[in-house]
Amino acid sequence: MSASDHQGRAAMHPAIAPEERLIATLARLIMDPSAPPARHIAVGAASPMPAAACWLVKLMGHPVKLSLLHKRSGNPFTEGTRELFDLTGQGRIDLFFLGGGQIDGQANLNLVGTGEWPGMGVRFPGSFGSAFMYFMTPRTILFREEHSPRVLVEKVDNISAPGVSAPGVFRRGTAQALVTGKCVFRFHPDRARFSLESLHPGETVDSVREATGFPFDVEGEVPATPDPSEAELALLRGTVCDEMVETYPEFCARIWGRRAEAA
Amino acid sequence: MMLPSADALAALVPDGALLAMPPDNSLPSVAIAKALIRRGARNLRLLGVPVSGFATDILIGAGCVAELETSAVSLGEAGFAPRFSAALREGRLILRDATCPAIHSMLQASEKGIPFMALRGIIGSDILANRPDWKVVPNPFAEDGEDPIVLLPARQPDFAIFHAAMADSEGNVWLGRRRECATIAHASKAALVTVERFVEGNFLENEKLAPGAISSTYITATAIAERGAHPVALLDEYGFDAAYVADYARAAKTEEGFRAWLDREVFGAAQKVAAE
Repeated sequence: MSASDHQGRAAMHPAIAPEERLIATLARLIMDPSAPPARHIAVGAASPMPAAACWLVKLMGHPVKLSLLHKRSGNPFTEGTRELFDLTGQGRIDLFFLGGGQIDGQANLNLVGTGEWPGMGVRFPGSFGSAFMYFMTPRTILFREEHSPRVLVEKVDNISAPGVSAPGVFRRGTAQALVTGKCVFRFHPDRARFSLESLHPGETVDSVREATGFPFDVEGEVPATPDPSEAELALLRGTVCDEMVETYPEFCARIWGRRAEAA
Repeated sequence: MMLPSADALAALVPDGALLAMPPDNSLPSVAIAKALIRRGARNLRLLGVPVSGFATDILIGAGCVAELETSAVSLGEAGFAPRFSAALREGRLILRDATCPAIHSMLQASEKGIPFMALRGIIGSDILANRPDWKVVPNPFAEDGEDPIVLLPARQPDFAIFHAAMADSEGNVWLGRRRECATIAHASKAALVTVERFVEGNFLENEKLAPGAISSTYITATAIAERGAHPVALLDEYGFDAAYVADYARAAKTEEGFRAWLDREVFGAAQKVAAE
């Protein structure tokens, strides 16, 4: 991106919100040409940013089918919630998003709780479908905005879904990447480790190291996470927000100052 | 059988029964949950299909629940379920964590009358490590290698409990595409269903309604409970009452706050009128 592009945007738009950068980053990972194709994406958990990233990909003209499980109208399934898992079991959901109360350096997820089983320290809601989805989708994008040593730990207290599996255990895929409020990590299932892929504005390798409880690899100069393009920003603030506002009214109001139309 | 109220349905549930309930996005009968609290039910065992929400939290808080099997407990945007968290912390609740498709599969085994279902995934998780009733076996059809796979035993609830839009003259109920409610009705020994309204006729004779209906074969008893899912949404009929749930989440942070909430919302005058 050229300097003049940058000045053009600054003149035309309010500053890029960190959430907008995260959404664009997730969208780039969805479209990553080195990853298996994303023809059908399911978005489950409550975070609106993965949903916005999927809408951004779709509204940029990529032919992708979205199954948004939290959308009140237009639920994609007619056979109840098991249909998502049946589709995924067959390999017909290409990409899913997961987070975790704790995530460790081997991409193990803990959605159950800290301390002794079943979370006698701090209890999180529970595993949902993660112990199945993480195995059965060709790839998972991990997303957790809070980037701190209490979330990104060396070893999770409890494994609700393992990051890698022993040879011989049926598994279609693993984490592709972990996106946080500070950076993007790429996951390498062959060595069960993350490497630092890009740094969000204001972050350094050292600041990320300080906030991360697990060791990770750094290969050469780590680039900055790119800003959303002009076209992406226009879509986010326009038609992506239009699609999101019914399901995520608070998010759209906070980021884009948009109110849902009265029903 | 059409009974006069949710309280009459709750009277059919003995202490210690295993109840399957859908979560907050899929037609829980909050009316029956409140009626179970009014009747002073004890030692209930709840199965979240496949997760648990508001109705489960109030039943736990009211001391009705001894055991919970579920894949998650949450109040959605209103955050963690406060009475569930407190009961777990204080050792008053036996919790069996599962994962969503495992619960669907265990119920499907009951639907089919077979002893178990197989499910991919789960291996290597602490969920499996804490489920001595789940077994890992080599896939008997595997051609090369061992291919370990998890077997889940059939789970047959005593009661399916949920809310539907309507019941007809034949005792069929209609709830549209929320078919997990059909699965739990098929899999359970009995099903107790609150509905918004009664409609003359037979849904199964109507091609448009039949796919969203559950046959009276599976339905033990129904009762009219208007807004019986509230504060949870009912299809396209009414929305999720986020303010009510947020108010509950604040009140139920403490035992005292929860008791006051119960007095007002479950034992209070308005509820008594609604139950009559």
